[in-house]
Amino acid sequence: MTRVRSWIPGLLLISPSLLLLGVFVYGFIGLSFRESLTDKHTAAQATGRDEVGFVGLSNYTELLASPAFQHSLRNLVIFTVVFLLGTLIIGFCWAWVLERPIKGEGIFRSVYLFPMAVSFVASGVVWKWLLNSNVGEQASGLNRLFQMTGLGFLQNEWWTNPRYGILAIALPAIWQLSGYVMALFLAGFRGIPDELREAARVDGASELQLYRHVVFPQLSPVALSALIIIGHMSLKSFDLIMSIANQSAYSTKVPAIDMYNFATIYDYANSAAVGVILLVLVALAVVPYLWYDARARKRG
Amino acid sequence: MRQIKKVGRLSTLAVVMSGALVLSACGGGGSGDSSGSEGGSAGGEDAGEVQVMTWWAQGSEKAGLDALVEVFGEQHPDTEFVNAALAGGAGSQAKQKLQADLQAGNPPDSFQAHTGAELQDYIDAGQIEDVSGLYDEFGLTDVFPESLIEQLTVDDQIYSIPSNVHRSNVVWVNPAVLEEAGVDPSTPPADLDAWMADMEKVAATGKTPVTLGMDWTQTHLLENVLLSELGPEAYNGLWDGSTDWAGGEVNSALTKWAQIVEWSNTDRDGLDWEPALQPVMQGEAAYNVMGDWAVAAYDAQDMTAGEDYAYWPVPGTDGVFNYLADSFTMPVGAAHAGGTKAWLETISSAEGQLAFNTVKGSIPARTDIDAAEFPEYQQSAMEAFENDTIVSSLAHGAAAPVAVSTAVNQAVVKFSQGASDVDTLQQELVAATESLSQ
Repeated sequence: MTRVRSWIPGLLLISPSLLLLGVFVYGFIGLSFRESLTDKHTAAQATGRDEVGFVGLSNYTELLASPAFQHSLRNLVIFTVVFLLGTLIIGFCWAWVLERPIKGEGIFRSVYLFPMAVSFVASGVVWKWLLNSNVGEQASGLNRLFQMTGLGFLQNEWWTNPRYGILAIALPAIWQLSGYVMALFLAGFRGIPDELREAARVDGASELQLYRHVVFPQLSPVALSALIIIGHMSLKSFDLIMSIANQSAYSTKVPAIDMYNFATIYDYANSAAVGVILLVLVALAVVPYLWYDARARKRG
Repeated sequence: MRQIKKVGRLSTLAVVMSGALVLSACGGGGSGDSSGSEGGSAGGEDAGEVQVMTWWAQGSEKAGLDALVEVFGEQHPDTEFVNAALAGGAGSQAKQKLQADLQAGNPPDSFQAHTGAELQDYIDAGQIEDVSGLYDEFGLTDVFPESLIEQLTVDDQIYSIPSNVHRSNVVWVNPAVLEEAGVDPSTPPADLDAWMADMEKVAATGKTPVTLGMDWTQTHLLENVLLSELGPEAYNGLWDGSTDWAGGEVNSALTKWAQIVEWSNTDRDGLDWEPALQPVMQGEAAYNVMGDWAVAAYDAQDMTAGEDYAYWPVPGTDGVFNYLADSFTMPVGAAHAGGTKAWLETISSAEGQLAFNTVKGSIPARTDIDAAEFPEYQQSAMEAFENDTIVSSLAHGAAAPVAVSTAVNQAVVKFSQGASDVDTLQQELVAATESLSQ
């Protein structure tokens, strides 16, 4: 009886959030999945005036076989890899520099972190102008800047290039999130007690060895968190792309844009299928992290 | 000690931020279940108010709506007008909201929609009523052009009443740029080939022959090139399956369109129609093909037709009026059906159409309104509307359902960004329009 009494208040406390999550997150994930197994492709079916049939996984196989969706997936992979590498490398370097006590560190930290406070839509509008694809006389934005600084050969068509246009979207994304990765790494650096470094130095470790054997191993959980957070943000990218390009631009199409496009033409089945594919991709990124985290907690 | 405190602060910051990210991750939900929206019994003939949803929320459009509401107040003083206008994205925001409201069985009393095939989704979904009875009641069959009524009729029924008409096949011209290139701006070229020859001359001077903007503006050019090359009859056939999209004529039109795209500005995908028109106004480019709402942009910059700019029908489409129109509907299950009827009567009345169109810059769908009341461009458009062959615009929802125009937009942008050639484009257009011939 006492044991029962001890868990009842706890359950009551979390039950509202549990209920809301259960309905609005997991319930709707289930509904979306069910929708994706149907042939609900038209307006009449969406309102129940035409029959909706069960088609199994054929929406998925058709999507994955279509060159248009493969193009979206390819864009997503390129974008994610570049976005991850860019933010991790730049963020780490900044943190490494700021880690040594330097003058005005607080100011630098805020300066680097600040772009993250800007909404993707706001920065997208500015970058849309910077990434104008005109070259030569009509150039503006970065292309104009290249001309003025004698770097005219660098002018390019930015996000409208059908093969690598998506890389131009990674540029503002990296600009915005590098500061956040820096903050993560900086916290990691600060978490390493000075005693450890001193002990290593006393034992005669060179500066390189110190980083290799003492600092880096302690930073790996931070690096993993950064990887997961940036990775799942990248998979869901939508607002930045919509505000720089638009929903029909071929060069910057990713699955999230496809999902939106399907929903606007009442093709709810395909829209839900793309949503589920995205969810699976995000889960592939996040679940190993949760597992790792849980294991680490058990150990600790 | 100071060190440790800082760590605490920083990691708290990081945790809070990642928490926020995780929360936003939960945002993507399902599309939800939908229920049928048969609510026919509700409302009856209640005319106490009328809630009208439009995307006329700013500029000349809002001014037009205000003028219309004033006439409504005079004609139906007992019905209160409730404005449910929603701004943003040339109607795309309003359409999203409308889609949700209709699915939930909670429609406005009337909503704005492009006439023609764009209504098909609402018809298929059983969300709007047949209003052909009101055409007889209000005597509209005699005052709307016969070919317009033909275009509006779906299986002997008409589902909306047009309030204003726009013309799609208009070229906006900068005469100074043409003179510089040795082209006479006063006489329009006879056909597409002659026009393209002129474009080549402009290109030789280093100026941009034609400006284009984002997806739909490229489709807008394409539909008019098709109209010019195929002629009105075969062009109409594109929308009912009687003209073959895979045929040689379409291929030759696409090749010419591709050449014009090649000559256009390279930053097109980032521009809406107005910034795309701007270089023509400023004398950096010669031509822009755009609907006649462009007049409002010229007016806003105090430019005069005949001096600062010229306009003609797209070469090869003289005598054809490529139309699109805004119209109003009677949703199934509207709470104040009497109010809806009153509203439809006002927007189709001579006073209503006169008040609205003189302000918005479009022309009335009725042909019994005195043209002398309108500015110069609209007078010429009204004359054309009365006498020309009327065909439907694809880019603006009159010719094909949204799913088709969306697919066409995507194929067109894929081509103009350089990811496909003319033959691939044609195949994709065949696939995009497949549903039309069924």
